[in-house]
Amino acid sequence: MKTLQRKRQSIGRLALIAVAVLSLTACGHAMMMMGRGAKRPAAAEFGLGPRASANGLYVATLEPARDFKPRQMQTVRVAIVDGNGAAVENAQLAIDGGMPQHGHGLPTRPRMTRSIAAGTYEVEGVRFNMGGWWEFKVTITSERGADTVTFNLSL
Amino acid sequence: MAANRFVMIGVLVMAAATMIAAASGSDAWTAAQLAELRSLSLSELEPLPPDPTNRVADDPRAAAFGERLFFDTRLSADGKVACGTCHQPGRNFQDGTPLGRGVGTTAKRTMPVASTSRAPFLFWDGRKDSLWAQALGPLESPVEHGGTRLQYARVIIEKYKADYEAIFGPLPSIGAAPFSAGPGGNKDEVAAWLALAQNLRDAITAVFVNIGKAIAAYERRIEVGPSRFDRYVAAVASHQQGGTLLNADEIAGLKLFIGKANCTQCHNGPLFTNNEFHNTGVPRRIGLPDDDGRLTGARAVLGDEFNCRSRWSDARASCAELDYLATGDHAQQRAYKVPSLRNVAERAPYMNAGQFATLAEVLDHYNRAPAATAGHTELKPLRLKNSELRQIEAFVRTLSGPTLFNGGVMREQRQ
Repeated sequence: MKTLQRKRQSIGRLALIAVAVLSLTACGHAMMMMGRGAKRPAAAEFGLGPRASANGLYVATLEPARDFKPRQMQTVRVAIVDGNGAAVENAQLAIDGGMPQHGHGLPTRPRMTRSIAAGTYEVEGVRFNMGGWWEFKVTITSERGADTVTFNLSL
Repeated sequence: MAANRFVMIGVLVMAAATMIAAASGSDAWTAAQLAELRSLSLSELEPLPPDPTNRVADDPRAAAFGERLFFDTRLSADGKVACGTCHQPGRNFQDGTPLGRGVGTTAKRTMPVASTSRAPFLFWDGRKDSLWAQALGPLESPVEHGGTRLQYARVIIEKYKADYEAIFGPLPSIGAAPFSAGPGGNKDEVAAWLALAQNLRDAITAVFVNIGKAIAAYERRIEVGPSRFDRYVAAVASHQQGGTLLNADEIAGLKLFIGKANCTQCHNGPLFTNNEFHNTGVPRRIGLPDDDGRLTGARAVLGDEFNCRSRWSDARASCAELDYLATGDHAQQRAYKVPSLRNVAERAPYMNAGQFATLAEVLDHYNRAPAATAGHTELKPLRLKNSELRQIEAFVRTLSGPTLFNGGVMREQRQ
């Protein structure tokens, strides 16, 4: 019985050591990948929305013409409502973003080109030049004020 | 107690499996790694997109005409330089020398041709936005072909009248125009050009542009072919082992390439390039004039006489690449084009002015990540061991494959 217990204990110790070694390796690897210190947000923070702006003035949803793919010039519609769910008209959109873990911005200068329907705007010239975590920031300015929605996209 | 033991054994088994997967040379790939491998495979390459700026891009007669022009040394100041002088088909359309040599010596490494029709911007600094506009640059460069557009129009009129007119329609009459004149020539040639009537200048430029469009029709049929790496990905993706397609060092190098060496940050997709421009701290080549790379190139393409928005382009829709081009970004200083890594082992020396003689020197540079001579390098030191650098080099060498023309292996490369 004692022998069995010792065996169990030693298996337990081995398992602990294995887990510790693995997590150290994984952490080291992740740190190296990051380079610039930004931490990838939780999975729930990713997606096309609906997503609220930083100060809660707007809720925006991205509607890409095609699924986002690296290295392709793409068009995306942005549907915007206010806190009460009403479509936000006569807004101006400014686009920014980049890869926080790599310290670079968007490779192109996307622009809002037109308003399609009440509260829906078209943004053209979007390109992501590699796979991974991208931030896509839409700064919305309307009579309600200026506020930014930050989307986390995984390409 | 028994449940506990199962948990422990389970943890051990999982740990062991992960360790095996992480070990060098293993064929075991995680789902995420497999997805990454597939994204690099040539089978993921999209069909060649149309070139709306060039109405003869997909005309086989234009391609055949362009092929003859590509190798015609009469399209030069001294009758000795053709496109094929530096872009040699048997050597992946490059010349194996640090700086290209035409009628003089250039300040840049000769770039390969295969699959470059897929890039939105051409040249190391991306100062051209189509293959045909690119082809016109060296023709008027004083150190490459060294001639003028009037000289070249004369070659077409005298030697290729029927071929040209079958594709592009009637050639203009250049009458008593001087022998050589063009906006890219020497002082006398520029003066002679400005002395010509505007409609004659336009007619000559139209012929010059069509030379570029025919050459582009030829060049866009030149594509990279599958390599040992692509066969390996096909094998592991269909749930088979890669077998002997890649050896242990090559597989370990591939793991580093898509992992901690960060190579896919720029060298991604089936052509191993994101088609962007980056400052990687590559040193200047002593004795060459200073240049700002993409910072200058991005502005130059907007003002280029032959860009997508120009009257010489056949594009009727918008020019998205120019419309959404980033300019004046400090990150563009000394940023140069990310070249495809396909066939890279066959294309020494490396970098925009042939600064590094071997792949080992290139990898050593990326590992050390020295400061840029101007602007800021995007690299961080990798701190890889020499053995790991050798493994990455071994992997990169698996990216060599044939060059294809119209989908078949080029005759210059057939064994």
